[in-house]
Amino acid sequence: MKHNDRWINLLMGIAPIPLTLVFTSLILLAMGASPWEAYRNIFNGAFSSPEKVADVFAACVPLVLCSAGLAITFAAGQWNVGVEGQIILGAIFATWAARTLAWPQVPLLAAMLLAGLLGGALWGSFAGLLKVFGKVHEIFGGLGLNYLAQALAIWLIFNPWKPAGGATMSGTDLFPEAARMPHLGHLRVAPLAVVLALIAVALVTFLLRGTRWGLELKALGKGFVSAFTLGVPATPRLLTAFAACGGMAGIAGTILCSARYIRMIPAISGGQGYLALLVALISGSSNPQWIPFIAFFFAAAGVGSPQLEYNMHLDSSLGGVLEASVVLSVMFVSGWRVLLARKRSQAAALVSAEQEVTA
Amino acid sequence: MKVELIDIHKHFGSVRANDGVSMTIESGSIHGLLGENGAGKTTLMKCLTGYQTIDSGTIKVNGQPVAFASPAEAIRHGIGMLHQEPLDFPQMRVLDNFLLGFDTRLIPDRRAGQNRLQELGTRFRFELDPDAEVTSLTIGERQQLEILRLLALGAQVIILDEPTTGISAPQKAKLFATLRQLADDERRSVVFVSHKLEEVEQLCDRVTVLRHGRVTGEAEMPCPVSTLVELMFGRSLPPLECPTVEHGPPVLQVEGATIPSYRLTVADTRLEVRSGEVVGIAGLEGSGQRLFLRACAGLERITAGRIAIDGKALSHAPYRKFLDAGIAYLPANRMDEGLVTGLTLTEHFALANRTGPFFIDWQAARKEAAERIQHYNVIGRPESPVEALSGGNQQRVLLALLRQKLRLLLMEHPTRGLDVESSNWVWQQLLARREDGTAIVFISADLDELLEYADRIVVFYGGRMLAPVAACDTTVEGLGYMIAGKEPGAGAQQGGAHDEA
Repeated sequence: MKHNDRWINLLMGIAPIPLTLVFTSLILLAMGASPWEAYRNIFNGAFSSPEKVADVFAACVPLVLCSAGLAITFAAGQWNVGVEGQIILGAIFATWAARTLAWPQVPLLAAMLLAGLLGGALWGSFAGLLKVFGKVHEIFGGLGLNYLAQALAIWLIFNPWKPAGGATMSGTDLFPEAARMPHLGHLRVAPLAVVLALIAVALVTFLLRGTRWGLELKALGKGFVSAFTLGVPATPRLLTAFAACGGMAGIAGTILCSARYIRMIPAISGGQGYLALLVALISGSSNPQWIPFIAFFFAAAGVGSPQLEYNMHLDSSLGGVLEASVVLSVMFVSGWRVLLARKRSQAAALVSAEQEVTA
Repeated sequence: MKVELIDIHKHFGSVRANDGVSMTIESGSIHGLLGENGAGKTTLMKCLTGYQTIDSGTIKVNGQPVAFASPAEAIRHGIGMLHQEPLDFPQMRVLDNFLLGFDTRLIPDRRAGQNRLQELGTRFRFELDPDAEVTSLTIGERQQLEILRLLALGAQVIILDEPTTGISAPQKAKLFATLRQLADDERRSVVFVSHKLEEVEQLCDRVTVLRHGRVTGEAEMPCPVSTLVELMFGRSLPPLECPTVEHGPPVLQVEGATIPSYRLTVADTRLEVRSGEVVGIAGLEGSGQRLFLRACAGLERITAGRIAIDGKALSHAPYRKFLDAGIAYLPANRMDEGLVTGLTLTEHFALANRTGPFFIDWQAARKEAAERIQHYNVIGRPESPVEALSGGNQQRVLLALLRQKLRLLLMEHPTRGLDVESSNWVWQQLLARREDGTAIVFISADLDELLEYADRIVVFYGGRMLAPVAACDTTVEGLGYMIAGKEPGAGAQQGGAHDEA
C-alpha cells in the first residue's frame, strides 16, 4: 500500500511534463512544424552560449523574487494580482533614490534596494487595506492599483523625470554609474541580483515553515474562520502578508531598473507579475523551494523562443504557449490529486469511524 | 393516496439517523412528524422523496412497493417535498420557477403555464405576480410558489419540513388554511414536519413522534401535551437533589444585551455567571442561543446593553480582547469554525498556543501534540491532517486545544459525536477546571447532559431568553415544555423575536 502510494505520487509529479509536451506538439504539428525542431531551437536559444545562459539567469531573477512573495500571499489564501503594480512602485522608489542621492555605489545600491522594498510594500499594503477595511476583493483591488501604478510611472517619466532631449516611451536618462548593479563581466547578469533572489526563496521557505507568522498565514488561508476562532489576529497577518509580497516585488522592480534597463521605463514590469503568478501556482505555497527551478524553466522558454522566429519562421509567442500549457497541465494533474486524496480521506474517515464503533 | 414506510434504516457513518422507522400516511389527512433536532425527521422525509436512498426497508405507495432514485421520480409517483430552505431559483421570475420541472420541453408554453399558475393561485387565494423576481418575495410567498409548483406536477402527498420558520403570523395562518384545504377538500395527504408542539396541536389529525431515529409513539390528535413531551424528550426522572455549593465572584455579566442578525434578533438578554459555576443553555436550534453564546465570546455585535468579563466591560471590544480576558469559545461546527482543514494536529496545537515564540520548535511542538493526543485519547497521530480524523476524534482535538488557564469557557455541544464513556471523561476534565475558578456556559441539545452537569439552565425560545432555572428544580419534562414553548406564562407569541419579512 505505502509502496504503491509512493509510485503514484511520483507518477503524478512527472505527469504534467508529458502532458505539456503532447499538447504543444499537437499545436506545432497543426501548424505544420516539427515539434522536435521547435524544442531544439528553444533549447539552443536559451543555452547555446554563455551570453544566452546569463540572459536566462537575468530573466529568472525578478520572476523568482515575485513568485517567492506570492508564495506568502498564496499561503494566506490571497490572490495578490497586484504584483505588477508593486514591481512598478519598487522601480519608481528606486529610481527616485538613484536620481536624488549622490552617494557612492555601495550605499546607493543599498538605499535603492531599501527604497524599492518600501515602495512595493506600500503598494502591497494598499491592496491589503482595501481588502481588510474596504471589503474590496484583492483581485479587483490589485488590478486597479496596477493601472494606477502604471499611470504614475508614465506621468513621472513624462514630467519630472523627463530626459533633456524630451520625453519618450523609452524612459528616463540612464542611471549614473553608482546606481547600476555591477554585471558579471560582459554578461548581462548581475550576480548580486541572483544572490538576492536565492536569499528571498530561502527566507520565504523558512518564514512559512519555521515561524508562527507562517503557520498563522497558512491557517488563515486554509480555514479563515477557524483560524480566527483559534485566536489568529487576521487583520495584521493579512496586511503583513501583502506588505511582504509587495516588498519582494519592489526589490524585483529595483533590479529591473538598476541591472536590466539601467533606467526607469514605462513598461518596467513587462508582465513579470502575471508570469510569477503562474510560477507560484505551480510551486504552491507549501513548496517555495521549487520556485527557482520553475522560474528557470519559464525564463529559458522566454529567452529561447525568439529563436523560433529566426530559424523556423514561427511566432515567438509559442514560448508563452509552452509556459501556459505547463501551468494548465500542472493544475489539471493537481486537481486530480485533490480528488483522489478526498476520496481516500473519506474512506479513511469511514474506517476510523467503524473502528470507533467497534472499539 | 396511501403511503407506507416500513422498517426504514438509514445510517450516516456510525450515526443511525433512522433506525427501523415505520409510519403510514393516509390520504385526506394532515400527519404531523414530531421530534427534536436530529431525531431523524428530515432524513426520513428525504428518503421518502428520493433525495437519499434508504439502507433497508420498504416504501409502499397504494400498496405497491416503490424505490425512488431521485426527487423527480418521487414526484412522478405524486410525492413532493417543500424544504426548510425553499429550493427555488431566486434570480428568476415567479413564472419561470413555476414552469421549471412542470414544462420540460425545449420551448415551454408560457401562456399555458401562466394560465395554470393563475388558476391554481385563485383556488388557494394566493396573490403571486408571475413577473415578480423571486428575490423580491418573502419566504412565505416562496413557499406558496413551491406548493403551487408541486401541485402542478401532480403531487398527491405534500411534505413540509419546518415550514413556519421565518414566516409572519398572517402567512402562517394562510399556510395552515391552505394545508387544511388540501387535505379536506382535495383529499391529498400532508406531512407536517415540526418540532413545535403548538403548531402540531393546532393543525394535525395524527402525529408520529421520533426520538434518536426511532418511533417513540403515534397518536390521534388531540392528544395531551404531556404525552407528546414525554414521547419527544423521553421519560423524566425525578429532580436531583440541590447541592449547596458556594460560587465565587461573577465572571460573566450580560446586562440587557440585544444581538441582531438577519433572521432573528435576540433582545434584552440577562445572565450572570459566577466563578466555578456551570450554566447550560437549552432550546431548539435557531432559537437564539448560539447568537447569545457568540456574543459572550465577542464574536457577535451587540446593539444595546452591556457584556462584562470579570467586571471589565467588553461590550464592543474585538474578539481578541475577549481572548485576552481569558475566554475560550468551542464552536459546534468543528471543521468550519474550529479546526483548519489541511493543517496537522501538531500545527493546530502550535497555532492554539497564542503566546508561543515566533520561531517554532517543531520537535517540541510534535512532542507536545503527542502528549495531548494521548491524554485526550484521540485516534490520530501528530502528523495526521485534522480532516482525516473521525467526528468524535475531531471533537476531542477541539477540547484538547483549550488553554489551561481560563476564566470563562463557552461551548456549543461539547460532547456531540462522543460516546457515553468519552463524554463522561470529557466532563470530568471540564468540571475539574472549576477548581481554578473557571466558569462554564454550554449549549446542548441533550437534556440529560444539561441536567447532569449544569448548576442552572437557561432556555431560549423563538429568540427570547427565558429566566434561568436551577437544574435541581426541573426535569427533562419541565425543560421539554419550555423548549417547545409551552411553559405557562412563557408567552410564545410576544417574544423578542422579530420576523425578517
